[in-house]
Amino acid sequence: MSAQTEVALGRIIGAPVQRKEDGKLLQGQALWVDDMHVPGTVYLGVVRSPYAHARIVEVDVAPALAHAGVVAAWSGADLAEEWAGSLPCAWLPTEDTRAPEHKPLAVDKARYAGDAVAVVAATSRAAAEDAAELVEVEYEPLPAVVDPEAALADGAPLVHDELGTNRCYTWSLEAGEVDRLFAEAAVTVSQRYRQNRLVPNAMEPRAVFVQTVPATGEYTIWSTTQVPHILRLTLSGVLGIPEAKLRVVAPDVGGGFGSKLDVYAEEALALAVARRLGRPVRWTETRSEGYLSTIHGRDQIQEIELAATAEGRITAVRVRLLASMGAYLQLVTPGIPLLGARLYAGAYDVQGYSFRCDGVFTNTVPTDAYRGAGRPEATYAIERAVDALARAVGKDPVEIRRLNFIREFPATIASGLTIDSGDYEALLDRLLEHVDLPAFRGRQEARREAGDPKRLGIGFSTYVEMCGLAPSRILGASRYGAGGWDTATIRCLPTGTVQVVTGTSPHGQGHETAWAQIVADRLGYELDEIEVLHGDTAVAPLGMDTYGSRSLAVGGVALYYAAERIVEKARTLAAYRLGVDESEIEYVRGRFAGPDGSLTLKELALSAWTAHDLPEGMEPGLEASYVYDPPNFSWPAGAHAAIVEVDTETGAVELERYVAVDDVGVVVNPTIVDGQVHGGLAQGVAQALYEEAVYDDAGNLLTANMATYLVPSAAELPRFELDRLETPSPTNPLGVKGVGETGAIAAPAAVMNAIADALAADGVTDLDMPATPERVWRALREARR
Amino acid sequence: MIPAPFDYERAESVEHALSLLAEREDAKLLAGGHSLLPLLRLRAVRPSLLVDVGRIEGLAYVRDAGAAIAIGALTRHHDLARSPLLQEHNPLVSRAAGLVGDPQVRHRGTIGGSLAHGDPASDLPAVLLALDGEVDVAGPDGVRTVAARDFFLGPFQTAVGQREMVTEVRVPKLTGDHVWSYLKFRRRAQDWATVGVAALARRSDGGVAEPAIALVNMGATPLRAVAAEAAWAAGEDPGALAAEGTEPPSDTNGSAEYRRHLAQVLVRRAVAEAAAR
Ligand SMILES: Cc1cc2nc3c(=O)[nH]c(=O)nc-3n(C[C@H](O)[C@H](O)[C@H](O)COP(=O)(O)OP(=O)(O)OC[C@H]3O[C@@H](n4cnc5c(N)ncnc54)[C@H](O)[C@@H]3O)c2cc1C
Repeated sequence: MSAQTEVALGRIIGAPVQRKEDGKLLQGQALWVDDMHVPGTVYLGVVRSPYAHARIVEVDVAPALAHAGVVAAWSGADLAEEWAGSLPCAWLPTEDTRAPEHKPLAVDKARYAGDAVAVVAATSRAAAEDAAELVEVEYEPLPAVVDPEAALADGAPLVHDELGTNRCYTWSLEAGEVDRLFAEAAVTVSQRYRQNRLVPNAMEPRAVFVQTVPATGEYTIWSTTQVPHILRLTLSGVLGIPEAKLRVVAPDVGGGFGSKLDVYAEEALALAVARRLGRPVRWTETRSEGYLSTIHGRDQIQEIELAATAEGRITAVRVRLLASMGAYLQLVTPGIPLLGARLYAGAYDVQGYSFRCDGVFTNTVPTDAYRGAGRPEATYAIERAVDALARAVGKDPVEIRRLNFIREFPATIASGLTIDSGDYEALLDRLLEHVDLPAFRGRQEARREAGDPKRLGIGFSTYVEMCGLAPSRILGASRYGAGGWDTATIRCLPTGTVQVVTGTSPHGQGHETAWAQIVADRLGYELDEIEVLHGDTAVAPLGMDTYGSRSLAVGGVALYYAAERIVEKARTLAAYRLGVDESEIEYVRGRFAGPDGSLTLKELALSAWTAHDLPEGMEPGLEASYVYDPPNFSWPAGAHAAIVEVDTETGAVELERYVAVDDVGVVVNPTIVDGQVHGGLAQGVAQALYEEAVYDDAGNLLTANMATYLVPSAAELPRFELDRLETPSPTNPLGVKGVGETGAIAAPAAVMNAIADALAADGVTDLDMPATPERVWRALREARR
Repeated sequence: MIPAPFDYERAESVEHALSLLAEREDAKLLAGGHSLLPLLRLRAVRPSLLVDVGRIEGLAYVRDAGAAIAIGALTRHHDLARSPLLQEHNPLVSRAAGLVGDPQVRHRGTIGGSLAHGDPASDLPAVLLALDGEVDVAGPDGVRTVAARDFFLGPFQTAVGQREMVTEVRVPKLTGDHVWSYLKFRRRAQDWATVGVAALARRSDGGVAEPAIALVNMGATPLRAVAAEAAWAAGEDPGALAAEGTEPPSDTNGSAEYRRHLAQVLVRRAVAEAAAR
């Protein structure tokens, strides 16, 4: 259907418009960083420590320099003077958070297997890799610490000697009379969960390409980044180059999931080498390298306790987290566990809330944001604990949830935040329309009675999350180093098309389509008349980029307000041109109608551009910008169910069905939303069943490639069944919430609860993620003993 | 990653390939490349010369050879899976070939490469062993025939010498009396087997005769589960003895202990599935 029809029907927002981006992506016409070819380019090969922890005794780059095609080679010490500062960490959650020095090349010690210790620049990528192998590094291996609990033990090896401890910070929050509520509770449950370490595995590996104009000292940095704006200002600090001399471009970027929300050693290295050599420089990660150098996600130990009445009404929640930072602090490493800090009571109404998190250094790849960042962890803990409570009080998991739901909105929750809107029970009711629970229980029981070794189980996850990061005021209070606003500019061109400039930086989310839908809806343009520009600091100088399901709820809303400003100015001009009072003008999508005559927005854009006849004092041109700072987070919620079949002989788990009913506020494009939910669910299911970054005790990553780190494919996943309810967010005029992370947030708990349900009768309720066949088999064997 | 530097020659014939192999001690044949290229990229192997045999004419076929089915060394897994001749006379091979990796792998990987690579986690080696098949190996002194039981010597070690090349594989024709099963336990559809089981026997007097059970990824080579075979023939539970004499590896897909358990479950199931055929 054409946009015009949609506009006429008034449904362009909410229409399943095909993504504008897909044609070029599917036909191989996208422009990736690795596609940029410029004569004279040097390629970087990075030498990485094979040891998780080792003193760097000596680095000899001479053999590499002798290799054909090699232009230069440097150790960490050789490049030490390049750095005006450490690689940035923008979120130190407490005043006394320990932020160790983090230079792009390690000088004294390598602190994880993969830590960069030297770099080679050569005239081809192959020569760079060959020569990198020739750099001779003498290491003195040191004992490594991998497990966050072990890292806090007395006598543990110190990741950063100068800190005197592996503790990075302790952050806590206490609300309500938690101790009293626990003392008075008829029932308490206490659970311990492990958040498996995950590797984000964006489809496009990381890459950076730097072009320089030595005469002016200017640099253009093409990067596979989610955060071109953040990258520009932070690299300025790392290299000591004025921000105005740096331009960052994120061309087409193939996924990030948080892993490209960062400022990486290789980006700084490429810039430093470009400055040293005055030549274009490029580096592209190999997949194996990615496993060792791109941030990981999760890696936490969670302890959660619930206090409840005999009926199972939860009164208080107490949480203790141990979060592995890895070896260094990347851009937002320490803040990640805290993004869930206030959400461990989930969708439930409680009076007391206690949370404490210890961040710990280990000899592992640094952790940072990975799809959901803090919220999957919180959701997992509370959703599994609620099931444990249900078992303790002899209630059904559905019943216990109904009993505890928050029911009145806006709801100020015990941890202090205010949930804008929602209807959790309606979501659960809708879910149960898709899943016939009594029929399922019948089937489950029949199997068990027949002695079938393949058990069935159902698991629920009724989550709520906060996204739309974020109100700047709250970020400030959380000691985050920047604001959470975003920007939009709308420029109505004289030829009847319109240019939209956004501060968000899409890397797969389809902003070019969704943003066009918003503009089409407000201003009446056809979708293909709308150009959306993004991801280039020269074109979109102001922005806060894309992460935390923020783009629509912040950048999209900025766009809405910019459109309002366009309408305002055009109305003034229309009234002037029609010779009527502004109050007599009626505006309907692109047309300004007076009592006897009307003008289109396009006509007005042309008049504003020629500027031949404008009202006194009106600036030429029809252009408006808006910087929007959200007053609150947005609060998507949902009810998910997973049905699994567990083979009790082999331990294999098969996901039979997955039903997701989500409330992500107003949906701008259901196709895009479905895609986001599918991807999130796949990653959530992956955390529950497949993916785990496994280190051995010496700090070697045993799952450092795609043969051993099991990213599931379509063959492992069921056809996801999706449904939605919409409670518009009252916080913003579009009523939107956010959807990028919901699937990854909800799914792990649903799947693990389903396995626990399948095996409860066999005595297994405790199982860590991922529920590998061997883990399931061992748990069953343990239970039978 | 990018492989270490190597020279590349395309062989026009088996003789050409053999003469190229003879030129350098560390030359390696390249067929489908789906085992060799990953190793090259990890720089785990560094041959100075690759001899590409992938385009030699006339080495990709499945033929009726009387009592046996003859398979050319360059036949792709996909073609084994789809071959009407194999589906009719030896469905065990086509079934197992259809479970190798994913469609891309099956369209590139060859039976010759799969056998010569000698990966104990691969499917076709165990199938060949269960079938008591044989392999033609061409070398400087002509072609010799190696029985499956003599072919696999150790992890990634086979009877194929550095200067030799697999040219043909032969498997027997099965009859209507044969019962068989191939079970592959893996985490994801595209993965190698955590453990795999090929089971084959002839129906005889209400029981089975000539039982053969071969195991994937339960030791340094594909293995025959001799004790389990005997139990099967004797009408006893073959599962209980399935892990006897095995030395399975421990890795992130499963410990040795778990693999032993899996072998028991899978052998039991394979035999049941075969019996039900
Ligand atoms: C993602 C992935 C998944 C896979 N999954 C499976 C699986 O589930 N099961 C499975 O069995 N395999 C699997 N494989 C391996 C695949 O089947 C390989 O293709 C096969 O093992 C090797 O065949 P090739 O023709 O690709 O050999 P190549 O990679 O070309 O060669 C492998 C080795 O054999 C030698 N060689 C090749 N041809 C000959 C010959 N004619 N004579 C002598 N030596 C020769 C080469 O020199 C080399 O040493 C997988 C591979 C990949 C990449």
